[in-house]
Amino acid sequence: MGEHAQWNRLGEGRTRRLGRAARLAAGKVIAAEQAVTLLEAVLEPGDRLCIEGNNQKQADFLAHALVQTDPARVRDLHLVQSVLALPEHIDVIERGQVSRIDFSFSGPQAGRLARLVETGRISIGAIHTYLELFARYFVDLTPNVALIAAEAADRHGNLYTGPNTEDTPAIVEATAFKQGIVIAQVSRVVDSLPRVDIPADWVDFVIQSPEPYYVEPLFTRDPALITETQVLTAMIAIKGLYAEYGITRLNHGIGFDTAAIELLLPTYAADLGLKGKICTHWALNPHPTLIPAIEAGFVQSVHSFGSEVGMEKYIAARPDVFFTGHDGSMRSNRAFCQAAGHYACDLFIGSTLQIDLQGNSSTATADRIAGFGGAPNMGADARGRRHASPAWLRAGRESRHDGSIPRGRKLVVQIVETFREHMEPAFVEQLDAWALAERAKMEVPPVMIYGEDLTHIITEEGIANLLLCRTPEEREQAIRGIAGYTPVGMGRDKRMVENLRDRGIVRRPEDLGIDPRQATRDLLAARSIKDLVRASQGLYEPPKKFRNW
Amino acid sequence: MEHFQITLSNSARADIRQPVLCGVVSSGNLEVLMMQSDSGGICTVDVNTSAVGFRDVWQAVLADFNERHALGGMKIAINDAGATPAVVSLRLRQAYESSRSETQ
Amino acid sequence: MNAKRLNQASYYEASARARIAGLVDAGSFDEFCPPALQQTSPHLALLDAPLAFDDGVVVGSARMDNRPILIAAQEGRFNGGSVGEVHGAKIRGLLIRAVREKPAAVILLVDSGGVRLHEANAGLIAISEIMRALLDAQAAGIPVIAVVGGSCGAFGGMGIVTRMCDVVVMSEEGRLSLSGPEVIETVKGVGEFDAKDKALVWRTTGGKLRRTLGEAAYLVDDNLDAFRSTLAEILGIARPDNALAALKADQAALTARRSTLADSADGLDIWRRAGFPAPEQVPMLDTDTFNILLAAHPLELAHE
Repeated sequence: MGEHAQWNRLGEGRTRRLGRAARLAAGKVIAAEQAVTLLEAVLEPGDRLCIEGNNQKQADFLAHALVQTDPARVRDLHLVQSVLALPEHIDVIERGQVSRIDFSFSGPQAGRLARLVETGRISIGAIHTYLELFARYFVDLTPNVALIAAEAADRHGNLYTGPNTEDTPAIVEATAFKQGIVIAQVSRVVDSLPRVDIPADWVDFVIQSPEPYYVEPLFTRDPALITETQVLTAMIAIKGLYAEYGITRLNHGIGFDTAAIELLLPTYAADLGLKGKICTHWALNPHPTLIPAIEAGFVQSVHSFGSEVGMEKYIAARPDVFFTGHDGSMRSNRAFCQAAGHYACDLFIGSTLQIDLQGNSSTATADRIAGFGGAPNMGADARGRRHASPAWLRAGRESRHDGSIPRGRKLVVQIVETFREHMEPAFVEQLDAWALAERAKMEVPPVMIYGEDLTHIITEEGIANLLLCRTPEEREQAIRGIAGYTPVGMGRDKRMVENLRDRGIVRRPEDLGIDPRQATRDLLAARSIKDLVRASQGLYEPPKKFRNW
Repeated sequence: MEHFQITLSNSARADIRQPVLCGVVSSGNLEVLMMQSDSGGICTVDVNTSAVGFRDVWQAVLADFNERHALGGMKIAINDAGATPAVVSLRLRQAYESSRSETQ
Repeated sequence: MNAKRLNQASYYEASARARIAGLVDAGSFDEFCPPALQQTSPHLALLDAPLAFDDGVVVGSARMDNRPILIAAQEGRFNGGSVGEVHGAKIRGLLIRAVREKPAAVILLVDSGGVRLHEANAGLIAISEIMRALLDAQAAGIPVIAVVGGSCGAFGGMGIVTRMCDVVVMSEEGRLSLSGPEVIETVKGVGEFDAKDKALVWRTTGGKLRRTLGEAAYLVDDNLDAFRSTLAEILGIARPDNALAALKADQAALTARRSTLADSADGLDIWRRAGFPAPEQVPMLDTDTFNILLAAHPLELAHE
């Protein structure tokens, strides 16, 4: 009997924890006032704890309950979660209840986190990408307890996560199937769910929170803020890249530069005869700026990481385009969408803060530990990919300069203006990531996209095709050639850059037949949030902060 | 604020009908005023900018602009609130085109 | 879809100069005190702040629907359209000129947060001088029309100037009030007024609310064509009565309104009271539908 016991420690632990919680309720539904007591009952020192902090959705009620627990009982936690988004995520560390963290992104709390690291109050295991962290949930970072957020539960504990499903399935599967405890905060407890996203078997406790869980509208960009320069780089992207390579399957990193591309599809791209030929299949959150392109018939399918506040009715009215349940509402899934962006897309394009002379790019600054999010998954060549597409084959051919065996290549593109706000150059000799690595004692500098994976850079000065570069010197001069008036750009070898231009490695707008004077905001299919609402036939309901009427 | 003047040599004579103003002085933007001057063969540019320490960038941008346009006998005055070179070049071009058109 | 289909240019997005160009008869605008004179603000220069050659306001004469007008357009994107000494003097000078030249109207394209705080007393004096000149123009029988549709709206001293005008034309993007939302929140607390709740800000200061209360006589779509045709219509109408009796009637109406609407904290209360079928939908209605509904459900106020 004793030997048997050693092989079921996890099961025994589960029984023990549930035993301590048994007195709180007959079934799975626990009263909100009991949340703190429940956490104190099920958590044990040393636990790996996931507080569902996704990029968008937050289990905020449960996070708030956690920072009210007794630090003598709830301590020595190892936080494993996608995002340190809420102040409570850092508060619980400051209360001395957390010894270690593994995460992916900390945007809103990046400054506080940096200070904690500097003063030695927290140890970081590693900073991951989203998919990478989900992967480790199934290897060596399985949560013992998961605090998740869902729209609704029934009395059995089945959960409906709806459009904002995001990371939940990955978290819950890993936790539940290693005898972990899953606690869900829900906005409503109902008799009958629209559909079951998480089966009751996988859920131990359900708490109805007084307020609906918080969701951040991260993927909404006001077209009124798109500049003429961004319209120009969007035109260059569409004509010089999307049309050239025939990009049908893609992911856009969020930003005004890519929002401009989305808004130029029904106008500029349509005028070029590209409808149906580019941008048909997307791994993308439901960007409001994609509405005009969808309405114009450009888009066949979109799979999403999460939803976007205000887009719910529009999405539900376009079930052919989005991934929609039989109940009529969308289901997102960050793990699968990340995989889609990595393997099933021919192009990733996004913006960044800094690019160096090898093409490595980073958003790291010396005083903030922000992490990576999901960009590196999309912004990397998918070396495990085997299926061919014209774009993938062409990029592969362009990059083959030796006699190696033929293979394809994903297009990984950075789109930046040469100068950012306050005249900060986007091109630098050395990334600030090095300074951060030293200050925070990281093993390697935090690079978002490696130069080795980067295939093109687009600025208002033109497009650099790094695939065609045969040597590091050519690569460096190609980068300098589109770096404009930045110190990096002014340091170019003019003769070499002209040679690269002759070979099509550097192409200026005029080489692409683009007149910068055409790059006006008039080309945008929508120039305001109100225009987007109209384009959606009134179905898009923008959050209040985006209203100006 | 930084104030400086840059003088450009240009043998091609600018054809300005009347003074032209292009742009607005808001953050990240600038206004460009182009007028006729008495000095043929050169173009003087008075730059007033809130972005301090970028004179060499202005020099390079204006030199490139000078190379492609007829600026002889023109006076340019600029109020800049931190526009990037891309925006500066765009406004210069827009002002130049307006200065050559019949109506404004 | 044609890339050039957007010929209905947005008034909200247009610069002051572009607004004038879009509203007046083609080629008829003649600018007074043009930027070439570089009549900039001495106060901003002393503070080492960026200057504008026209100090943020464009003034001149033009024709509208073939009628002579004088017109001023504030540039909301320069210092929030704020009124400084030079800026204010240009508008005042325009109104003084109106008494002399007797145009069909003076049109003020208001886009301003009010006094330019950098210029302190000079800015305050400038606005009070505008007010005095405006009254003189009206006394001389010149209608003064205010247009509010820009990103700054009409606040502070320029809010007062706007309401002194004979007719106010607004789009729903426009806002007309006195204290700014952030100021109210800072002074009274977020419970009293949440400045980040932009929908609330527009329900309490925006064009639709002002039109419902009658402070704006017209609500038009946010495009230059709509503003132009409405202004042409106004120029053709007999001028409002500035006689003492009319002013007293206005004052009585305002007094009645103050007591009748004492409990209304929000545009929603007003629209509910007026009998709009779905008050919470009003902000999302297009302009035509709103105007039709308003005509069918005017706001009734008890008169003494």
